[in-house]
Amino acid sequence: MGAEAIRVPAVEGWFTTGDGAQAPALLGSRCDECGTFAFPAESGYCRNPDCESSSFETVELSRRGRIWSYTDARYQPPPPYVAADPYEPFCIAAVELDAEKLVVMGQIVDGVSVDDLSVGDEVELVVDTLYHEDGTDYLVWKWRPVNRLVVTPGWEG
Amino acid sequence: MPEETRVAVLGAGMHEWGKWGRPFVEYGLAAARDAMDDAGLGWRDVQFLSGADTIRNGYPGFVSGATFAQALGWTGARVSSVYAACASGAVAIANARAQILAGLCDVALVVGADTTPKGFFAPVGGDRKDDPDWLRFHLLGATNPTYFALYARRRMDRFGATEEDFAQVKVKNARHGLANPKARYRKDVTVEEVLASPMVADPLRLLEICATSDGGAALVLSSMEFARRHDGGSPLVTIDAVSTVTPAFPNTVIEMPNFATDSAVVSGAAAVGFRPSITAAAYAEAGIGPDDVDLAEVYDLSSALELDWYEDIGLCGEGEAEKLLRDGVTALGGRVPVNPSGGLSCFGEAIPAQAIAQVCECVWQLRDSADGRQVEGARVAVTANQGLFGHGSSVLLSR
Repeated sequence: MGAEAIRVPAVEGWFTTGDGAQAPALLGSRCDECGTFAFPAESGYCRNPDCESSSFETVELSRRGRIWSYTDARYQPPPPYVAADPYEPFCIAAVELDAEKLVVMGQIVDGVSVDDLSVGDEVELVVDTLYHEDGTDYLVWKWRPVNRLVVTPGWEG
Repeated sequence: MPEETRVAVLGAGMHEWGKWGRPFVEYGLAAARDAMDDAGLGWRDVQFLSGADTIRNGYPGFVSGATFAQALGWTGARVSSVYAACASGAVAIANARAQILAGLCDVALVVGADTTPKGFFAPVGGDRKDDPDWLRFHLLGATNPTYFALYARRRMDRFGATEEDFAQVKVKNARHGLANPKARYRKDVTVEEVLASPMVADPLRLLEICATSDGGAALVLSSMEFARRHDGGSPLVTIDAVSTVTPAFPNTVIEMPNFATDSAVVSGAAAVGFRPSITAAAYAEAGIGPDDVDLAEVYDLSSALELDWYEDIGLCGEGEAEKLLRDGVTALGGRVPVNPSGGLSCFGEAIPAQAIAQVCECVWQLRDSADGRQVEGARVAVTANQGLFGHGSSVLLSR
């Protein structure tokens, strides 16, 4: 049996994991009628109350954005969060995407503390392991500060 | 105040807040009895019971109206049971008020009570990959304090708020709650003690984040006509407006438990943000403004969030809340005391009871009976809070 873990997204259809030359991206929706974006992707009615469309295109959202605000999780979150043992605190940021005019949450990659972050900092999307269970790596999107050298097992490998 | 939208508050009652793990019904019953005694009315006088639900106490919690009615003894009274997260109590009040204003009943009892688990609120159990509340814990490890901390950091970045400012909110509320017999925490704290408490979600520390509590609160409401016939022995306090608004699209502030905000790509941000819209609707309904308010009970889920509320309920302009706090305007003795009860800081949150408890405090303040924490000459009071998934809640009262 090989040591390679199987890598699967922790949630289906919310992001691409990227491979080779293709960088990962969040998957949102854009309304065919009014152009409103939504994350996670909308499949019912458009969130714009003045638009009656129920037809959407699945689109990759901007891979880069700016930090709207940030914090960290010093205490282990309760289940269904699957925490590492021993628990390692991590940062969370709300990131503003300029083209879509929306703010998306995400964990910040390992090895970054709140002291390394500021509102307005540029970050880019990576895909990283959220937790490991029964030989499978469950993946999630995370934000990585652009102007920092952070060693992380991201999509680049 | 427009007479046609007013209802009378004949009774207010509470079970004290704490952490005992006993059945929530027990706290609700104690509060209900307390409120009916205060009103000088009995359970047989109640025609409509409006329950605020709890989702962590099994089936009886989801049908709280009937649960409380059965516990008080079946009388055939009509009931409703509502859940609106932290706004549940206000929606229960709104339901009772609507029944009274529609002429469908004269006397209504509103009850909310909760028994809470220890530690962080976790989502309801099960493997539910289509529930954003479940997913935010699973995919992000985003607890409630995560969101409070995002707002707090934003205040620091935009307005120069400091950790000392946030700590001062806690110090103020701890002092307010010292003499409140219903409060769970009655202990003075210093800025140094707050800043020495462990960091939970930077920049918020343990003493700045509201605990989860057991508790129960109740109100007896009636038509104005019934109130004029019935002498309850206390100065008559009225509810003049109730706001249960939802956000206007696009809501550009990240809200619990969402992963993202609305997209403002089509229309730009909404003219009024969600939190400011909550009390604005109540003021408009009552035909008054924030300058008329003598005291406010706001949802201080975190110390920093109370500062956001100063601006959102119109006590000052954006970015001016820290100055209001530093000048003592919102402390007892100031122009408009905020959370004279001690707030969530001294109570902790008993979700379905909390918005009702805010109203109870306003009733006691307006009756001039809030011993040890009285706002002198209080005539108008407002509550503000916000429930998960976009439930606004504000109740405006006057004497």
